[in-house]
Amino acid sequence: MTLVPNIIFAILFFTGIAIFAKNVKKIIRNIRLGISENRSDQSSLRWKQMIRVALGQSKMVTRPIAGVLHIIVYVGFVIINIELLEIIVDGLLGTHRVFAPYLGSFYNVLIASFEIFALLVIVAVFFFWTRRNMVKLKRFLNSEMKGWPKTDANLILYIEVILMTLFLTMNASDFWLQTKEVANYSLAGSFPVSQFISPLFDGLSVASVVAIERTAWWLHIVGILFFLNYLYYSKHLHIILAFPNTYFANIQPKGQLSNLDSVTTEVKLMMDPPADPYANPPEDQEVAKFGASDVMDLSWVQLLNAYTCTECGRCTSECPANQTGKLLSPRKIMMDTRDRLEEVGKNIDTNKGCFVPDGKQLLNDYISQEELWACTSCNACVEACPIGIDPLSIIVDMRRYLVMEQSSAPSDLNNMMSNIENNGAPWPFSPMDRLNWKNEL
Amino acid sequence: MSQQISIPTLAEMIQEGKKPEVLFWVGCAGSFDDRAKKITKAFVKILHQASVSFAVLGAEESCTGDPAKRSGNEFLFQMQAMANIEVLNGYEVQRIVTACPHCFNTLKNEYPSLGGNYEVVHHTQFLKGLLEDGRLKVEGGQFKGKRITFHDPCYLGRANNEYEAPRNLLHKLEAEIVEMKNCKQKGLCCGAGGAQMFKEPEKGNKDINIERTEQALEKQPNIIATGCPFCNTMMTDGIKNKEKEASVQVMDVAELVAQAKDL
Repeated sequence: MTLVPNIIFAILFFTGIAIFAKNVKKIIRNIRLGISENRSDQSSLRWKQMIRVALGQSKMVTRPIAGVLHIIVYVGFVIINIELLEIIVDGLLGTHRVFAPYLGSFYNVLIASFEIFALLVIVAVFFFWTRRNMVKLKRFLNSEMKGWPKTDANLILYIEVILMTLFLTMNASDFWLQTKEVANYSLAGSFPVSQFISPLFDGLSVASVVAIERTAWWLHIVGILFFLNYLYYSKHLHIILAFPNTYFANIQPKGQLSNLDSVTTEVKLMMDPPADPYANPPEDQEVAKFGASDVMDLSWVQLLNAYTCTECGRCTSECPANQTGKLLSPRKIMMDTRDRLEEVGKNIDTNKGCFVPDGKQLLNDYISQEELWACTSCNACVEACPIGIDPLSIIVDMRRYLVMEQSSAPSDLNNMMSNIENNGAPWPFSPMDRLNWKNEL
Repeated sequence: MSQQISIPTLAEMIQEGKKPEVLFWVGCAGSFDDRAKKITKAFVKILHQASVSFAVLGAEESCTGDPAKRSGNEFLFQMQAMANIEVLNGYEVQRIVTACPHCFNTLKNEYPSLGGNYEVVHHTQFLKGLLEDGRLKVEGGQFKGKRITFHDPCYLGRANNEYEAPRNLLHKLEAEIVEMKNCKQKGLCCGAGGAQMFKEPEKGNKDINIERTEQALEKQPNIIATGCPFCNTMMTDGIKNKEKEASVQVMDVAELVAQAKDL
């Protein structure tokens, strides 16, 4: 008996975990580049929201076909990963189906349910793939989906099918070896799906089937470790981030926009006659920047949102501006934010922990003003997101920068705002005429 | 109207030592826009009929700052808000009703952290309350059996989760309520929100209000009901664009209630 496979397994497994941990740290660092925002209040309400929306998938089913398919893959993923525990223990200890003797007949139930879910996942993934590539749903065809996003989406589906196929092949060959009473393959598990695959091995030698079983077993675990590390480069990060994202998502009424504290301070000063407008601000006080022109001006919640986005496009398909052919796509706002954040993160990595200005920013280089000015702030995108992402808040923050730092609102809006300033109404009417309607009764 | 309805300002009322049950926040559209003024007038007629003691701010009312805030001008918004809060707190206002969902949302959600804490209700919620308290009776009248589709204002619906109050009132009119394919949580915006009302739309292949009007017309309604003066404008324009003015009316829920009562 040699320890070589155990050692190879341990090296592969811990390297896989270590690379993943390194990338998780990077994500956390990048999210922390955002400005602070308190989202730790009302924790019981937040837990409930997370359980309902992320764990319970409550918003997925508003679109029943995609919703049901997604729940199959989601439940399948969670359930089949229980098997991963056994695979890891087997790999490290050199055992085979280590849990079987302890769980007795319940082990059969477990393996059987894994198999059924594996098959269901393959079926669901097939439908997902057709929806993306054959049915050509409009929301998968927007311009921001060209290139990597489309490849990424399909790669995820292919990887899932490969993993499930390896899992079933592993079981099928195991089952074949069990029935041939080969040493080390004691009867364990129930194989409602793979028993139909195992006859394919009839006529092969025991040694070949053992080789198939071992190959499938190794490729399966290597595939999982690969997939784990693929997440960082993919929209598929949502399988983890959906949970914190729904926990930290907004719990106030959707219509409520934040009131900028930095503005409140200045407005109070302006409205306070005894205050000296020429007084020097306290030394330690940094001059506040109003609104956002780059990712560092956004809050950490908005940056977490960006990493969490699965690019499903429900937001964009509900967006009135997008539906009527405007440039705005809320999904693109999220994708641009993540791309820029990644770019800033890489800049920090290459410059030894310091961001060196690269002459680029989120505004204009990624998100155009035309997109920002197309928004009606109707909250359809926020409502549509199955995992609590808020593209509207980013749009508003960027409008704030455009108006308060750049004075570059569309001229119609400047007129409206000067009317409010001068007459207290968005139209040029005298405030003294506010009650004229009373005489028309 | 045979009977003169008095519209006291809060200043006048307080001078007389009286305190109204509720402050009616008319809003800029309700004060100045010819179409929206009709909604204002319909609403005060109902208030009068139900013997609600109310007052308005008149010249002391100023824009809540909603369109400025949603354009990104947080300065202007907070200046407006603080000036309004000074007036409202000066009069110790506790309860506000408004027929504009934008004013409603801003007063209710965005004023508290600036020091303005009031109970704010939308006029459809207020009217529903009057019905429940038995102070207002609504029967179908001329709208009995009419096909009415309700266009959810974003700032009442998604923004503040109120979908039922306007529908309850329409139900009382014994109308046949037909829902558009996008309604309630999935309601399509009329195109006016986020200060779009005050600017030309960005480049596209259709105006949003036309898209929404088409959704409404699919249901072949006699009336498109709204609960927002801006939605009303957008839908009215949409109906004109489709040359359907003769067969489809765009009316606020308050106007429907007032007309059903022959006010």
